[in-house]
Amino acid sequence: MDEYALIMRHEDGSKIASPEQMEIWMKATMDWIGGIAAQNKFVSGTGLLFDDAKVVHHDKMVTNGPFGEIKETIGGLIVVKADSVEEAAEFAKGCPVLGGEGNTMEVRKIARRHDAQ
Amino acid sequence: MKDQELIPHLFRTEYRKIVAVLCKRFGFEQIETAEDIASETFLTAAQNWSYNGAPPNPAAWLYNVAKNKAKNYLQRGSTFETKVAPRIINDTDTSYENDLDLSPQNINDSQLQMMFAICHPVIQPEAQIGLSLRILCGFGIEEIAEAFLSNKETINKRLFRAKEKLREEKIKIEFPGPTEIENRLETVLTTIYLLFSEGYYSVSQNQTLRKDLCLEAMRLCTMLTENEPTNLPQVNALLSLMYFHSSRFDARINKNGEMVLYGEQDTSLWSNELIAKGVYYFHKAASGNKLSKYHLEAGIAYWNTQKDDTKEKWENMLQLYNRLLQIAYSPVAALNRTYALAKANGKEEAIIEAEKLKLANNQFYFALLGELYTGIDREKAIENFKAALSLAKTAADKQAMQRKMDELRKNSGSINLP
Repeated sequence: MDEYALIMRHEDGSKIASPEQMEIWMKATMDWIGGIAAQNKFVSGTGLLFDDAKVVHHDKMVTNGPFGEIKETIGGLIVVKADSVEEAAEFAKGCPVLGGEGNTMEVRKIARRHDAQ
Repeated sequence: MKDQELIPHLFRTEYRKIVAVLCKRFGFEQIETAEDIASETFLTAAQNWSYNGAPPNPAAWLYNVAKNKAKNYLQRGSTFETKVAPRIINDTDTSYENDLDLSPQNINDSQLQMMFAICHPVIQPEAQIGLSLRILCGFGIEEIAEAFLSNKETINKRLFRAKEKLREEKIKIEFPGPTEIENRLETVLTTIYLLFSEGYYSVSQNQTLRKDLCLEAMRLCTMLTENEPTNLPQVNALLSLMYFHSSRFDARINKNGEMVLYGEQDTSLWSNELIAKGVYYFHKAASGNKLSKYHLEAGIAYWNTQKDDTKEKWENMLQLYNRLLQIAYSPVAALNRTYALAKANGKEEAIIEAEKLKLANNQFYFALLGELYTGIDREKAIENFKAALSLAKTAADKQAMQRKMDELRKNSGSINLP
């Protein structure tokens, strides 16, 4: 079994939704993660906050963003266990982020230590 | 208290105190000596009191006798020559304390230190529980054997090996330092919780024994909360959780000694006093910034004490299970989470989630699926209860599944098939 990162790409929710809607998304996200954890496939996860965020450029300039295309901003990631990238992608399908058009879930295998040469 | 009851009662409360102080004094190398002296003290009491009647202050009497026996032991033979005497001769500054310190403070400290020494990762969890029951709780070997559904020889061997290991590893009977204490506390709390679970979930028929195991676990945990270095949030959370669980103790077993499921319990038998204690410790646990699995389990246990079937109850339980599963997966938690999901989000969603769990060798998995399909798909419900029945081990569990199937068939007007 390998570990996969499921990376959530979407715009800052607080800019487009009311607090009530945010709460609904929160529950949906927790239920989605809980469902993966109930299958004993959850490893870890974290949200990435939009506030207090910086971008450091190649000339060492530090700015407040933008972080690429608005809907490509990384909002968080979870790490799951799966036997294949297809299985990992199935997990990703359940993420409420995908309810927003243009949002995506990126699925990447985590490199194991012995993979690094 | 009648004289015949006095000694067994005192054995349970005082044996462990005397052993703890003696063990601390002599170290693990002489743990058998400590146990012997403690046992002999009670033997002397039994002989003496049956002639002369019990003394006005029985505990103090026991302590005096224990002190004298310890003193005699130390002054006798090679122990004195080879171990003690050289220390006195070389130790001109410190006065040699020949007397056993049976002050309340030392009794308390010794027991706590023994707890850390016994609940040590170098010995197996079952050995930790066994030794805890013997030395910290004053249980007899037979009682321990019954609790583990084992026999005296196995238990004796287990305890013997555990003491050997503790000796080999030179485990000291002392408080871990401030940097180590939270780590070592993990093992202590795990042992205490395992001990509680033995009593709460075990299949032993002896109800009194099972309750005693739970009470002992709670007593040990309470000791930890009464001492500053161990009065930590997760300790209070564990104690809170045990109080919540034990509030239903009287309702969980019916007159025939069978398990009564949560949904079918007589809630008037739930103890409000114990629930209130649970809430008290739950508040105490709400400090610091680390959320342990005990906090989450205590939260879940709290909601289980609320009899009303509200959306709030199940939504809260669902979210607590969501978080619990992230830090501590267990099949039981997964199944319970799915049940809470059914109550909070509806059966259809829960069925989809349940089918993903694939706990194929688990009778409770199929029982849950049976519940979920009830009212939605009668055939599937019966099919799942049948699978649960085939996996069920106890007569009570088999009967419960059979009853569910009969109920479903009856409601549809079909003939009762075997």
